[in-house]
Amino acid sequence: MTMSVSLLATAVVLCAVGGILMLTRPLTRILLGAVIAGNGINLLVLSSTGSAGAAPLLYGVPLRRVTDPLPQAIALTAIVITLATTAFLLAMAYRSYQLTGTDEVHDDLEDRRIFLRAEVLGERAELREEYRAEPGRTRRERARYRQERHRLRARLRADRALQARGRDAGGDLWHDVLGADPEDYVNDTHDDRGAAG
Amino acid sequence: MNALVPLPVLLPLCATGVSLAFGVRLARFQRFISVAVLTAVLALSVTLMIAADRQGPLSVHLGDFAPPLGITLVADRLSGLMLTVSSAVTLSVLVYSLGQGMADRDKETPVAVFHPAYLILVAGVSLTFIAGDLVNLYVGFEIMLVASFVLLTLGGTGPRIRAGSTYVIISLFSSMLFLTAIAMTYAATGTANFAQLALRLPDLPLGVQTLVQAMLLTVFAIKAAVFPLAAWLPDSYPTAPAPVTAVFAGLLTKVGIYCMLRTETLLFPGNRLGDLLMAVALASMIVGILGAVAQTDLKRLFSFTLVSHIGYMVFGIGLATREAYGGAIFYVAHHITVQTSLFLVAGLIERRGGTNELTRLGGLARSAPLLAVLFFVPAMNFAGIPPLSGFIGKLGLMRAGVSDGSVWAWILVAGATVTSLLTLYVMAKIWNLAFWRTEPPGQAAYGTVLETADDSDDDEGPGPDRVPGTGDEGVGPAPAGRTVAATLQGQAVTTTVRPPRAMTAATAGAVVLGLAFTVLAGPLTAFTDRSAAELISRRPYVEEVLGP
Repeated sequence: MTMSVSLLATAVVLCAVGGILMLTRPLTRILLGAVIAGNGINLLVLSSTGSAGAAPLLYGVPLRRVTDPLPQAIALTAIVITLATTAFLLAMAYRSYQLTGTDEVHDDLEDRRIFLRAEVLGERAELREEYRAEPGRTRRERARYRQERHRLRARLRADRALQARGRDAGGDLWHDVLGADPEDYVNDTHDDRGAAG
Repeated sequence: MNALVPLPVLLPLCATGVSLAFGVRLARFQRFISVAVLTAVLALSVTLMIAADRQGPLSVHLGDFAPPLGITLVADRLSGLMLTVSSAVTLSVLVYSLGQGMADRDKETPVAVFHPAYLILVAGVSLTFIAGDLVNLYVGFEIMLVASFVLLTLGGTGPRIRAGSTYVIISLFSSMLFLTAIAMTYAATGTANFAQLALRLPDLPLGVQTLVQAMLLTVFAIKAAVFPLAAWLPDSYPTAPAPVTAVFAGLLTKVGIYCMLRTETLLFPGNRLGDLLMAVALASMIVGILGAVAQTDLKRLFSFTLVSHIGYMVFGIGLATREAYGGAIFYVAHHITVQTSLFLVAGLIERRGGTNELTRLGGLARSAPLLAVLFFVPAMNFAGIPPLSGFIGKLGLMRAGVSDGSVWAWILVAGATVTSLLTLYVMAKIWNLAFWRTEPPGQAAYGTVLETADDSDDDEGPGPDRVPGTGDEGVGPAPAGRTVAATLQGQAVTTTVRPPRAMTAATAGAVVLGLAFTVLAGPLTAFTDRSAAELISRRPYVEEVLGP
């Protein structure tokens, strides 16, 4: 089977461009990437025809020299499907923009919590190490250290409260209706950071 | 009899049109159509399954083109079983969602969109089960996916759009990979028809065969959520409405497993990538169940157990003996029903307790004994407690592993045992936290919260579920039999002391279906064994499509 190299090269380039675009965050870029990569793959499907032949039905071309119509049918189907998906993605990007002001795909909430927790714990370990490494401690330094630790603990606790709130059926139900959940907010000022997620 | 084969796809598709045309005005008519069509599909599927068991595979060549040319639809034993189980599950979920929709006053489930999308989903799933060539399999996948996009982002709330983006992008990527695989297969063999591929693929160089096999397996593994490709699932499923999550968890992943079974047996016999499959099966089981152990959110937890138990089926496919295929097919049927009923129960728990968070739930065994039973039976079934079908499925797979006797098989048997025990642990944890212990103090507050919100929000007068005379009682938990619904920043929050009957009945139906697998285990294992034999011999399928 002979194949047009230019068709293949175009397909590869399109897939590469689309692939890179699909790895980005904003939904519109992902959409563009999907469209471009989709076109590349359609070309790939077309190139599976082999060497191009004559059009069927017209001019009484012998059957052996007719182009294989099946890849074209597959490509057409794929184009229609890409159209539907593109329309849906566009709607979703716009809805995301309406809701959050940006069309970026946000991280999984739990991922973010795990990340925050790891960050806080790391910071605390660093602080402790720094404190222990210093030989002489003045009263002031000790107070500063204690204050830092309190700050970190407050962050963790706020995060835990956020987590508990996020898990409720209504999302921000506790925060919106009760203001704060008494169980999680004992000895702690309410920290609203990240509540939008 | 052969003329019946396309109907499980055609009926829901036509009904979608009718539903869209009349749905906006006649919501009741729309519901009637959905239920009637899905019942008809269930009856058809049972007929097809019995016919395929008696006479061998049934095939239809659409447009009467000669076999390798036109569109071929084939229903053999495996397809028949999958169709039957899937339509039974979709019917029960539909009834459940009807119950929920009525109780929620249609705030979360806009009726006009839900029913057509659901019917299209059913059509897509049916098409993948009866597709006789790669291209139609692709089309079936896409029909199913587009419908699932709509269902997953139903209502367009923030969390759903966020979770939906992940799902849509992953699905897009996997369909692109699928299309590439089809293009490569076609370029190499000049056909996309399964039966013809089965004859032509063995002539290809080994490298090309393995490449095509690996690409197809990757696509189906993304769909089936096998471990390294499963990260999207626990992220995107739990935010959808309960019935949608239930049907997705039950069916969509199993469509991937079905495709794996079909292609591994029909197109790539000889099990070249068996070890790889077993390795990912082990990883899915262990990683999935450990994820579930760490979770306290019920829906998320069930999503992780879903990933974990996919591993069992992949184990069966990786072993590739007749016993193993039989076990895997049995397990698929069992898993579809049990996983769906667990998600349905999760929806009921959310309704009853106001949350899916285990640390906030409690005392349900006393306040909702029926719910406790509805959870307990599928949970024990899922964990594989002896008389139930989960045990039979796991036993079948492990027996196949032991009789295979290779090192990987033994490792997998050990892994499967550990997973099963950990599943039991997880289920016991849910039981203890949500049902067994006494109510945590926070729970009573739900009635208060919702009552206040409801009174301030309600501008349409008393809803259909409100009992007159109980409306102005102020604070305190909601009285029995009453639905309290409120909207907070566009999110509907509903809690009832007693869920609508349709929801409970549908859940009970799914649970009973799971129990039926236990009672009918003898005939069913015989059936799965016959269908495994049919898959391995390949001749009935190829001869039915291409002629003897």
